[in-house]
Amino acid sequence: MYDVAIIGAGVVGSLIAREFSRFNLSCILLDKENDVACGATKANTALIHAGYDASYKSLKGKLNARGNQLYTKLSEELNFPFKRIGSMVLGMLNEDRETIERLFENGVKLGIKDLKIIYKDEINRLEPNVDGAYDIALFAATAGITEPWEIAISACENAMNNGVELRLNYEVCSIEKQGDQFIINSDIQTKWIINCAGVHADEIFSLIEPTQNIISISPRKGEYFLLDKKAGGLVNHILFTCPTSVGKGVVISPTAHGNIIIGPNSEWTEKDDTKTTFAGLDEVLMKSRGVMKKIPVDLNIANFAGIRAEPELGDFIIEKVPDSNFINVAGIKSPGLSASPAIAEYVLDIFRSAYEPIDKLLPNPDFNPVRPSRINFMGLSDEDQNKLIEENPAYAHIVCRCEQISEAEIVDAVRRKCGARSMNGVKRRVRPGAGRCQGGFCGPKVIEIIARELGVSLEEVDFEKNDSKVLMGDNRYEE
Amino acid sequence: MKNSFDVVIIGGGPAGIAAAIESKANGASTLIIERDAFLGGILNQCIHNGFGLTRYNEELTGPEYAEREINQLTRAEVTVYKNTMVVTIDAKEHRIKIVSKDYGVLWINYTSLVLAMGCRERARGSVILPGKRPAGVFTAGTAQFYINIMGQKIGNTVFVLGSGDIGLIMARRLSLEGCKVIGVAEIRSFSSGLNRNIAQCLEDYSIPLMLEHTVVEVHGDSRVTGVTVARVNERYEPIESTKAFYACDTLLLSVGLIPENELTVQAGIKLDAYTKGPVVNQELETEVDGVFACGNVTFVHDLVDYVSASGKRAGHAAALYALEAETRQREMAISVSLGSNIAMLMPQRIVKQNRSEAFEMMLRVSKRIEKGKIIVSNDREILYTAIRSYLSPGEAITLSVNYPNFNLPIKVNVIEL
Repeated sequence: MYDVAIIGAGVVGSLIAREFSRFNLSCILLDKENDVACGATKANTALIHAGYDASYKSLKGKLNARGNQLYTKLSEELNFPFKRIGSMVLGMLNEDRETIERLFENGVKLGIKDLKIIYKDEINRLEPNVDGAYDIALFAATAGITEPWEIAISACENAMNNGVELRLNYEVCSIEKQGDQFIINSDIQTKWIINCAGVHADEIFSLIEPTQNIISISPRKGEYFLLDKKAGGLVNHILFTCPTSVGKGVVISPTAHGNIIIGPNSEWTEKDDTKTTFAGLDEVLMKSRGVMKKIPVDLNIANFAGIRAEPELGDFIIEKVPDSNFINVAGIKSPGLSASPAIAEYVLDIFRSAYEPIDKLLPNPDFNPVRPSRINFMGLSDEDQNKLIEENPAYAHIVCRCEQISEAEIVDAVRRKCGARSMNGVKRRVRPGAGRCQGGFCGPKVIEIIARELGVSLEEVDFEKNDSKVLMGDNRYEE
Repeated sequence: MKNSFDVVIIGGGPAGIAAAIESKANGASTLIIERDAFLGGILNQCIHNGFGLTRYNEELTGPEYAEREINQLTRAEVTVYKNTMVVTIDAKEHRIKIVSKDYGVLWINYTSLVLAMGCRERARGSVILPGKRPAGVFTAGTAQFYINIMGQKIGNTVFVLGSGDIGLIMARRLSLEGCKVIGVAEIRSFSSGLNRNIAQCLEDYSIPLMLEHTVVEVHGDSRVTGVTVARVNERYEPIESTKAFYACDTLLLSVGLIPENELTVQAGIKLDAYTKGPVVNQELETEVDGVFACGNVTFVHDLVDYVSASGKRAGHAAALYALEAETRQREMAISVSLGSNIAMLMPQRIVKQNRSEAFEMMLRVSKRIEKGKIIVSNDREILYTAIRSYLSPGEAITLSVNYPNFNLPIKVNVIEL
C-alpha cells in the first residue's frame, strides 16, 4: 500500500516525486516507457523561459516566473546543466513594437528581473549573425538552457535515494476505487494518485470515470534540427522571433553542450507521432532563415520531433478532483519545462491542504536534497584524472571519441539509481552517441558495457523502448 | 617511460603504420599511438578481398593486408602504444596529451606529428532522413563491425540507402550471412562505389540498385518495420507519385565517409572545404609547423594501397623534418585551386624543392565525364595535361605534375571534350 502513486516520469512527475520525498510518504513513480523522460521531456527546445510570455493572470504565467527562479538552486542540488544565457524576442520596430512592449509589461507584472528592450545596435553587437532587419528586441537575462531529460533523471535519482520507488515499462490500464484507496491494474494499492501522464493524462483521468471536469488533451508536434558543435557560436542567446498574425517563428539557440538547436514548427497530430517529415523540417528551415540567412544545414547531426500536450483551454490543468484523492497535472505544454519546479511545489501545496490528518504528514528525516554530480573525466585537471585512473582504470578507456566519454562514466550511468537501461538511456545520461558520429564508433562498445553491467546478452540490450533490440543473436554458431 | 620522440603518429591503421615504418627507416625515433587494442584499423573488419593489388600485386583480405603491414612494423621496432587515446594536440608546444590504461594521463613531446586518424561514416543526420528513430538503423561500417568483429546478426530483411563501397560490400556480406537485402537506393544517377563492387556485390546477388531513389520515411516504433522509398527529380526532391513501401527490419546507411579531423581542428589546423581534410603541401605537411597528415585524414581514398603510399610519404617527410628541424627554412607556398569540373584536389599548396622533378596530385571530378582534358597550369606555364576517358567522381585520379618555374597560383581544370 502506497501513500502516493505518480503516473508519468517526465520532468513534471519526477520533480513531483522528489518534492514528495521530502516527507515520510511511501511513493511510487510509474512510467510505461523503458526510461524516465521519454515523452515530451526528451524532445523539446530544452530552454528555461524567463516567463514574460504567458499572461500574468494565468497559472502558466505565474508558475513559469516562479519556476525560472527555482532553477538556480535546483540545478545546484541536482547537478544538471543549466546556464542563464539570456533570450531575445526579435522584432521590427514598425510592426512589432506593441507586441514587444506588451510582453515587457506582462513580464514586469510577473516580477521578472533583468528584462529590457534593446535596439538594432545592441542586437547586432550581441548577435552578429542575425538578419539586419531586426531592430527591436525584448532581452531577458534570466532565460536559460538546460538538458530536460537530465533534470528528470537527476530528480528521479534523488527521489529514489530519498525512498521513492520507480517502476518502468508499467502501463496504467485500469484504476479501481476501493474504499479510500485506488487499485492500479489490480496490482498497486495507493491512497493518492498524481496524474502526470503528459499527452495521455486525459486517458488516465478517464480511468476513474470522472463525473465532471473531463479533460481533453490534443497532441501538437514540433520538429527540430540539432547542429554539430562546429556550428557553436552561430548564436549566443536563445533567439525567438516576434509572434505575428502569420504565426510563430522558430527558436535558434545554443544547447547546454554547445550544439545549436533549431525548431520547432507546430502541427496537430496524433499521440506518440514522433516522426519527422520533409515538410515539417522544411518549414523549420524556412522560418529559421528569416532570422539569419545562412543556416549551416550541412552541420546537421540529428532531427527529431517532440509532442506537446495541448490542453483545451490553453492554461495548465493542475487541480485536485473534488471528493477524490486524485490530482491532475495535465496540459503541461510550453513553458512546462520552465515551470516544472514550481509545478511540483504547487502540487505539494494542493496535496498538503487536502492531506488528513495534516499533523501526520511528517518530514522525511533522511531527506538529502543533493544528487551527486556525474564525473566529467575530460573536464578534470591532469592530476585529478590520474588520481581517478589509479582508483578505476576504466576512466582511461575513452569509449566515445566525439564527446570523449570514458567507460567508467558509462558504467556509472548504468549503475546509479534510475540508471540507463538502453543505448539511448546511456546517451541521454553521458552522451556517447550524441556527437557527430551519432554512435557509429562507440555504439558497439556501449552495447557491450550495458550487457555486461545488466548481466544480459548482447541481443537483449535495447536501443530505446523495451524490446527495441539492436542485435539479433550470435551469427557464428549454428545449432 | 620515454615521453619524447622525433616523430609521433596518431592512428595505427594502414596510413599510420606505413608512416611509422618509413619514419623509422629514415632514422627518426618513432612512436605510433592506437586507441584500439589492435593495429590495422578498419582493415580488421574488412574481411572481403580486393586489397593490395597495387602494393603487393596480390588480392588480399583486409586482415591479411593489415598483417603484412604490422609484420613490417614489428621488424622496424617502432614504439607502439595501444589502447591509448590522444585527447589533445598542443601544436605550439609540440606535444600531445594521451589517456591510456597502461600509461594514465601523459604528455608526449614530438618534433614531427603525423595525423593518421582515418575517416568516419556520415550518419543519419547528414542526409536528413525523416520518420521515426527506431532500432535497426545502422551505418554500413558499424554493421560491418557488429557482423565481422563481434559475430552478431543485425537483422533479417535489409534495405540499403546509398551506394558507397561499404554499402555495396555490406549488401553482399549480409546476403552471405543469410539476410535478405531487398534493395539499394542511390539518390544520384550513378553510384559512388567502384564498378567492380557493383558487379560483384549487387549484380551477382540479384540485389536491385535503384538509381535516383531515396528513402523518404523510416517506419517503426521499437524496431524498423519498413521504409518508404521514392524516385527523386533532378533537384533531388522526392516525387510523390513514386512512393513505395518496403517492409524490412533493418536500414543500412552508406551515405559517405568523411575525414576524421576532430584533433586536427583542435590543433588549429585549417581544413579544406573540398577534401574536408587539412590543407597540405605535396609532402603532406599541414600549415602548422611540424604537423603532417596522411591517408584518409587528408581525403577519403579509394584504395588502401593509396593510403599506405600516402602514409609512407608523410612518414618520410616527417622524419626529414624532425632530423633537419633546426636548420630548415620554410619556403613560400604556392596555392593550388579548383577550376571547372573539379570536386576536390590535393595538395592544396606546393612548396618548391629540389628533391624530385615532379609531384603527385590527386583529384576527383565533380561529375561523370566521357572524355576530358585535364590541365594543371599557372598563368605562364602548363604543368600537366592529358586526355582521359570515363572520368567518374567515384574514382580519384592521380597525376604526376611538373614543378612550376614561377611562383604563381596554380589552377586545375577538366575540360569536357
